[in-house]
Amino acid sequence: MSTLQGNDFEDGNVLGGPFAEIFVHDLTAATGRCRFCGLDGPMAAVHVYARAPGVVVRCPGCQEVLMRLVSTPRGLELDASGLAHLSWRL
Amino acid sequence: MTSELVGRAVLGWRVAELVESWPETASARALVLGVPDWPGHRAGQHVDLRLTGPDGYTTERSYSLASPAARSPGGWRLQLVVQRVQDGEVSPYLTDVFAAGNLIEVRGPIGGWFVWSPREGGGAPVLLVAGGSGIVPLMSMIRERRFRRDRTPFRLVYSLRTQADELFADELNRPGIGDGGVETFVVRTREDSPRSGRPAGRISAADLAAWGWPADFAPRCFVCGPTGFVEEVARLLLSLGHSPDDIKTERFGPSGP
Ligand SMILES: Cc1cc2nc3c(=O)[nH]c(=O)nc-3n(C[C@H](O)[C@H](O)[C@H](O)COP(=O)(O)OP(=O)(O)OC[C@H]3O[C@@H](n4cnc5c(N)ncnc54)[C@H](O)[C@@H]3O)c2cc1C
Ligand SMILES: [Zn+2]
Repeated sequence: MSTLQGNDFEDGNVLGGPFAEIFVHDLTAATGRCRFCGLDGPMAAVHVYARAPGVVVRCPGCQEVLMRLVSTPRGLELDASGLAHLSWRL
Repeated sequence: MTSELVGRAVLGWRVAELVESWPETASARALVLGVPDWPGHRAGQHVDLRLTGPDGYTTERSYSLASPAARSPGGWRLQLVVQRVQDGEVSPYLTDVFAAGNLIEVRGPIGGWFVWSPREGGGAPVLLVAGGSGIVPLMSMIRERRFRRDRTPFRLVYSLRTQADELFADELNRPGIGDGGVETFVVRTREDSPRSGRPAGRISAADLAAWGWPADFAPRCFVCGPTGFVEEVARLLLSLGHSPDDIKTERFGPSGP
């Protein structure tokens, strides 16, 4: 039996696949800033809960939700309201 | 193939065929996928595999690439190693049912952060720390180093339950041509290691201090394995004085029951 424990997440490295359907640049190579605690860091280090009906991305600093990606029969829905900023060094 | 191109490729699903497979250990299987139109990859990247049931239900899992970024004479051959998770949905299928000639959907290469290539880092040494199947992307880095004839000093600290769980045992214990400068140390958590005189136990700061690089050398550290393992090793490396900027981690998911 699996229960949702503190360790039941993957990290931002897994976001590359699902988010390649949306972003032209690799999300795992980006830096993001949390709107809640201000933490600035690599998107590869966020906490990802991907076995839900969608993908939930949480801040590794304060655990607030940074992004939610849901795939429905009607299409893809992205809520990125927990992110203040995303940047790529190209 | 430049990293930029890999990073920018818009990823779609490709059909791959299982060319061959073999048991790596009693509970892990190496899979070689033939992917005709593979764009190339970097050491450390992974792929997503998608399975579709007869009723249209689909499920995806990520698996690291074990192969270096090298095309073989027969076209691209991607090696994965899948560790069976007893009550898992996908891994038992891949290790026990999926057979040569079967097709599967692959998306990748994925990941622009947990990657290593010979040119970057200005010659800083590299510390690889693997827990269980976390060795897979790190093996890809060791193979890439060999393939590119790179001389960057590598140290690998590989934590596993017992000797029987060791992946790539032959290759790591009898290093081939080109692996000079790669040092391997195995930490066993459930049995003693008579050769090193190390008693069974979880990886410790002492292991990393003895077998890693001093923090003064500013090594680039790559840590991969189950989530709990990765958290613990990252914490230990910070406590030994390594800079957070030099530590890259990849979590494979739950630490198991
Ligand atoms: C970037 C990335 C790369 C990965 N590379 C590899 C790889 O090279 N080789 C590899 O074998 N795996 C790898 N994994 C893990 C892999 O994606 C799957 O999570 C794993 O195969 C389990 O899938 P499953 O469908 O069999 O189990 P699930 O059906 O997803 O899980 C079933 C049960 O097992 C537990 N569980 C889930 N995952 C694990 C785990 N990893 N260890 C222990 N218990 C678990 C769950 O809590 C649950 O109780 C990688 C993961 C990521 C994120
Ligand atoms: Zn935060």
